[in-house]
Amino acid sequence: MLEVSNLVVRYGAATALDGVSLAVARGEMVAIIGPNGAGKSTLLNTVSGLLRPAAGRVRMEGRLGHVPEGRQLFAELTVDDNLRLGAWQVRVRDPGPVYELFPQLLPLRRRLAGTLSGGEQQMVAVGRALMSRPDLLAADELSLGLAPRVVETIARHLGQHCRETGMGLLLVEQNARLALDLCPRAYVLEAGRIVMSGSSEELSRSPDIRAAFLGGAIEESV
Amino acid sequence: MTLLAEYLAAGISTGCAFALVATGFVVVHRVTGVVNFAQGTYAVVGGMVAYSLLAHGLPHVAAEALAVVVSGLVGLLVGLVAIGRRGTPVLASLIITVGLAILAYALEIVIWGDLPLSYDGLPGVVTIASISVQRQYLLVTAAAILAFAGLVTFFNWTYLGKALTACFSNPYAARLIGIDVTRMGLIAFGLGGALGGLAGVLITPLRSITFDADVGIAINGFAAAIFGGLVRPGAALAGGLVLGITEALVAGYYRASYQSGIALAVMLTLMVWQARRRAGEEA
Repeated sequence: MLEVSNLVVRYGAATALDGVSLAVARGEMVAIIGPNGAGKSTLLNTVSGLLRPAAGRVRMEGRLGHVPEGRQLFAELTVDDNLRLGAWQVRVRDPGPVYELFPQLLPLRRRLAGTLSGGEQQMVAVGRALMSRPDLLAADELSLGLAPRVVETIARHLGQHCRETGMGLLLVEQNARLALDLCPRAYVLEAGRIVMSGSSEELSRSPDIRAAFLGGAIEESV
Repeated sequence: MTLLAEYLAAGISTGCAFALVATGFVVVHRVTGVVNFAQGTYAVVGGMVAYSLLAHGLPHVAAEALAVVVSGLVGLLVGLVAIGRRGTPVLASLIITVGLAILAYALEIVIWGDLPLSYDGLPGVVTIASISVQRQYLLVTAAAILAFAGLVTFFNWTYLGKALTACFSNPYAARLIGIDVTRMGLIAFGLGGALGGLAGVLITPLRSITFDADVGIAINGFAAAIFGGLVRPGAALAGGLVLGITEALVAGYYRASYQSGIALAVMLTLMVWQARRRAGEEA
């Protein structure tokens, strides 16, 4: 459904992505993990068409929904309005299904998005992206600044939604454990290149990944 | 007592006209973040186009309506130059609008000359409880109230209005969900032009306009708009009324030549007080 081939993206003289290729099949859940500044957000913004690549190709069949890093809500508008605006490109604007997915949002529907807690805002951001009924949801750093339990809740709901509706997921995460738990397959992005890829199970066992992203044995024991 | 009431009536209607100009500033700023200093130009263009159309025998209402449409198109044109290129910094857009307002002087002098123009407004006087008010004043007030009601409804209750607000609230996110932010900005510029033009066709019968009347109109409109932080139409209406009423009272009881100066000084005092209070709340 999504095919990225030999993507090169530059900011002036700096190369942010250097020949990245990856693919996501229909309904597949795929993670991209990597350290800060590896080019993960650049990759998503290019896939969404916000950035123009210097070389390479992005081929997307169907609609892409994008949950941006830092949530990026319309702070002065209500939760309800934020969700409805997510459906700008489609005809159905009823946010009902999002309230079914995240029942916590229903009592907050008239509140201004800027007044919500980080976790609630993240739910609105995910919900807003879902409102366009995407075939593939690209989510950028769901865990940013959120308590682990909140992130787990959101991830669990999202995973369930993917399995129920057949929506694909491309999850970009610094929190590798979360990403590898949720998605069966993953790519590792470092300094603008894909350095590893494979099933999440395999990657979790790789000593390099464990040392770099999973905090080795220390976090295992927590 | 009657005199005071008549000054107040004149002041309210002038204030409403300022408020209409102010809404133009608000609409454009709310959507694009740009302070559009060509806002006074629309009023001049509106008044002058209406003058020409009436001189060519077009009936009232039709002439004024057409002039408002022309002002809207001028607004769109200003928008195309000021924000048409994606990624133009907000400050650059602001300077562009100043430049276009000056360019407009040249065009206006070529087309209409440099003498004051005016035309007859709604004739006659209405007497309410022994206070006589010119009908034109009532018309300005009614038009402003309608425009405000329309705008508030548009921004708070319609999908397009909310999308316009979203563009300013978070342009990046607006683009992500597929809103064409530039096109929305152009809609705002066109709307701002029409609002300025509406103010122009309503003011011209009350005070004749010249090509450089835009500065006075824009300053008063801007003062009213900034009263509402350039985003709240309701506060802009309040600001316009304060200005208009102060002007009418100064002109009536003191001297007309001091009206703008004193009105703007009162406005400034109010804004300082408002800022103090806000700072106090935060502290």
